[in-house]
Amino acid sequence: MAYFIRRLFLLFITLVLVSLITFAVFQIIPGDPIRIMLGPEADETQIETLEKELGLDQPLHIQYVDWVGGAITGDFGKSIRFSRPVSDLIYDRIPITFSLAVLSVILVVIIAIPLGIYVAKKPNSLMDYALSTVTQVGMAIPSFWLGMLLILYLGMTFSFFQISGYVPWSESILGALGTLILPALTIAIPQIAVSFRYIRTSVLEQMQRDYVRTARSKGMREGSLMYRHVLRNAMIPILTVFGLIFAEVVAGTIIVEQVFGLPGLGSLLITAISYRDFPLVQGIVMYITLIVVFINFIIDILYSIIDPRIRL
Amino acid sequence: MQNVFKKLVPITIFFALFLVISACSTGDSDKNKDGSSSQEINIRVNNDPDFLDPHMAEASITFQMLLNIFDGLMVGDTDGSLKPALAKDYSISDDGLTYTFTIRDNVKFHNGDPLTTEDIMYSFERLMGKGSGKPLTSNFDNIASLEAPDDKTFVITLKEPNSAFLSYLTAQDSAILPKSNDGKHNEEPIGTGPFKYQSYSPQNNLVLVKNKDYWKEGLPYLDKVTFTFQPDDQTALMSLQAGEMDFVSVGAHRVPEVENNFKLEYQNSNATLLVGFNEAREPFNDTRVRQAINYAINKDDIIEAVFSGYATKIGSNMSPAMGAFYEEGLEKMYDHDVEKAKNLLSEAGYPDGFETTISISSHAAMYTDVAQIVVENLKEIGIKAKIEVVEWGIWLDRIYKGRDYDMTIIDFTGKLSPYETIKRYQSEDSGNLVHFSNNEYDELMKNVLLETDENRQIEMYHRAQEILAEEAAAAFIADYQIIWAMNPKMEGYKLYPYFFHDLSEVKLVD
Repeated sequence: MAYFIRRLFLLFITLVLVSLITFAVFQIIPGDPIRIMLGPEADETQIETLEKELGLDQPLHIQYVDWVGGAITGDFGKSIRFSRPVSDLIYDRIPITFSLAVLSVILVVIIAIPLGIYVAKKPNSLMDYALSTVTQVGMAIPSFWLGMLLILYLGMTFSFFQISGYVPWSESILGALGTLILPALTIAIPQIAVSFRYIRTSVLEQMQRDYVRTARSKGMREGSLMYRHVLRNAMIPILTVFGLIFAEVVAGTIIVEQVFGLPGLGSLLITAISYRDFPLVQGIVMYITLIVVFINFIIDILYSIIDPRIRL
Repeated sequence: MQNVFKKLVPITIFFALFLVISACSTGDSDKNKDGSSSQEINIRVNNDPDFLDPHMAEASITFQMLLNIFDGLMVGDTDGSLKPALAKDYSISDDGLTYTFTIRDNVKFHNGDPLTTEDIMYSFERLMGKGSGKPLTSNFDNIASLEAPDDKTFVITLKEPNSAFLSYLTAQDSAILPKSNDGKHNEEPIGTGPFKYQSYSPQNNLVLVKNKDYWKEGLPYLDKVTFTFQPDDQTALMSLQAGEMDFVSVGAHRVPEVENNFKLEYQNSNATLLVGFNEAREPFNDTRVRQAINYAINKDDIIEAVFSGYATKIGSNMSPAMGAFYEEGLEKMYDHDVEKAKNLLSEAGYPDGFETTISISSHAAMYTDVAQIVVENLKEIGIKAKIEVVEWGIWLDRIYKGRDYDMTIIDFTGKLSPYETIKRYQSEDSGNLVHFSNNEYDELMKNVLLETDENRQIEMYHRAQEILAEEAAAAFIADYQIIWAMNPKMEGYKLYPYFFHDLSEVKLVD
């Protein structure tokens, strides 16, 4: 229980720090949200009125305290650019980004884990060397470039893939997959490369342990040896990596949504930043932070289930 | 082997489910039951509106859409002249102080309420900030009183004559809103225009539907209009070709790809593209240096290279789209002449040129394209210019508001009123980006507002443009055209000298 409370407290501290840093960074970068929205033809009288209405004429610490006060009660304020509640704008985008992130993680899991195990069973084989080389390249590819290549070679060839925009799941499931698979692959490929190498190393390390030899000598079948003993022990470092990968995937959606024209949280964030829409940026950043921190929290809890010694 | 099957079973079930569910969804049909095209169109717009409340909105791109929902007392016609809209008639007193409007009968707001003088009074008071203490514009600071002597007459009295006043009475500056909708103008906008607001989804679309009670009998023809926000030109063009959109703007370089299958319209955008100098800084405070740069820049090259020829060369901050107010011939004042430019630079004390920076915004490729040509042109007379590209937000903050720059490139959107178009070059104007300062110009601009005779006004505006050209307030380049590609079935689209997609008379014909 104490472990639980300690984790929750850390979560809270992280959120406060992130909100402070976001706020501070926003004060440093030049640009005025009202001028950006209204353009160079704006009437000075109107700029003043709007500044007053949005509270932008208030001192910084008051603006921040006001924002925190709202956030605690669940009110993230109104977007400056879209004059709508920040929470409405975020909720509209969540299904898209969430689908994309989950699909990417599924791709990483179903490709990297079997491959890692397969190679770990046959270390230093031709396949091992080949995959190590391929993954080295996979890790180095920038995602925007990979995305464009996928559009060019897969998107333009197969009409199944829609290269821009989004079809909601409720409209057509195949259509939604057609819009999501390529961006999900773009995010997943570098992550597959990273996690593949971790899984290979981790499983390989376990395979050389004494207990494996003991199990073999008492006649245990290779299959159950792998799944019941080796994988379970190899899982701890792999889980850590997956926690990091999830954070990477969420970050990856921001760029990849731009490349594929997906109207998700990431593209909303980019718009919000270029319009200096502080409440919207702060809302999205908080939301993303909360998810990432929460996933890590879940992973910590999972550790303690797999290996009860951690709770000590 | 067994393991492989175990893994395959759930995957197969997963995909089978997808197929079943997706088979259930049906495709939309574009045709009505009788086989004719449905009267619905989809128009590409680059960006979201800044506000749906027309009193708050400023961006010209917003009014491109909103002018279909709202009316003002006056409206700008296709030739740029002003004609009555919600006012049936108007008269101006001889001293130029009293404007009397007779309000049109049978005008209804989209919620069914009839238009009353109370709504008109409310709209002006809201703009002036009466009661709320939050004025939304400075246009009406000059109003002495508003009166509604009877329910069909509305009288505005000014403190001093202002020849540009009538141009502030269009829906761009003073849309008439129903008083009953107070506090909800941005969420649920209600107007008197040909189309009603239906829905707005940020970064997705704005949907309008037909107003059956529109005060112009028999209009509009379209049942539904969707403005789709698509910032990417390439994607917009593909959507047009795929039939997903009916109306998009195309870059001049892409005309050959669309001219066979689509109807094209060329609109003089009434914009002024210019290369500006910071005239508060050396060496640009010297008129000869500014004139030298004007001679050095090859406007024809820019028009050819950047706009494939789809642009009109200009000589001051006004486009021929402004009709009688436009002073012809100024565009010839600085024909490309390297020798003259070099001589002027030497006279000014810079025989070997100087180093400078052109700061431009990254949000449109046009600025970079123009800048590259300007840099080459300036090199010919010894000026070494380097290009600095900044984000739009920073451009507005540092260059437009902070005036911290040497040279810049920008385009100013045209206005209906000639005064509004060129007022920024007055010494004290807050929009005087280039720090232009000329006593004769300031005097002219002050007096033209008090002048009631239109012919005299035209003369004064002509002289003002001459000053801008002679003094080389900037290097005025061109009014570029916007090229619209549309569904060949679309008929009735009219071009205006300002940003307005007038859809009231548009229909789809088989």
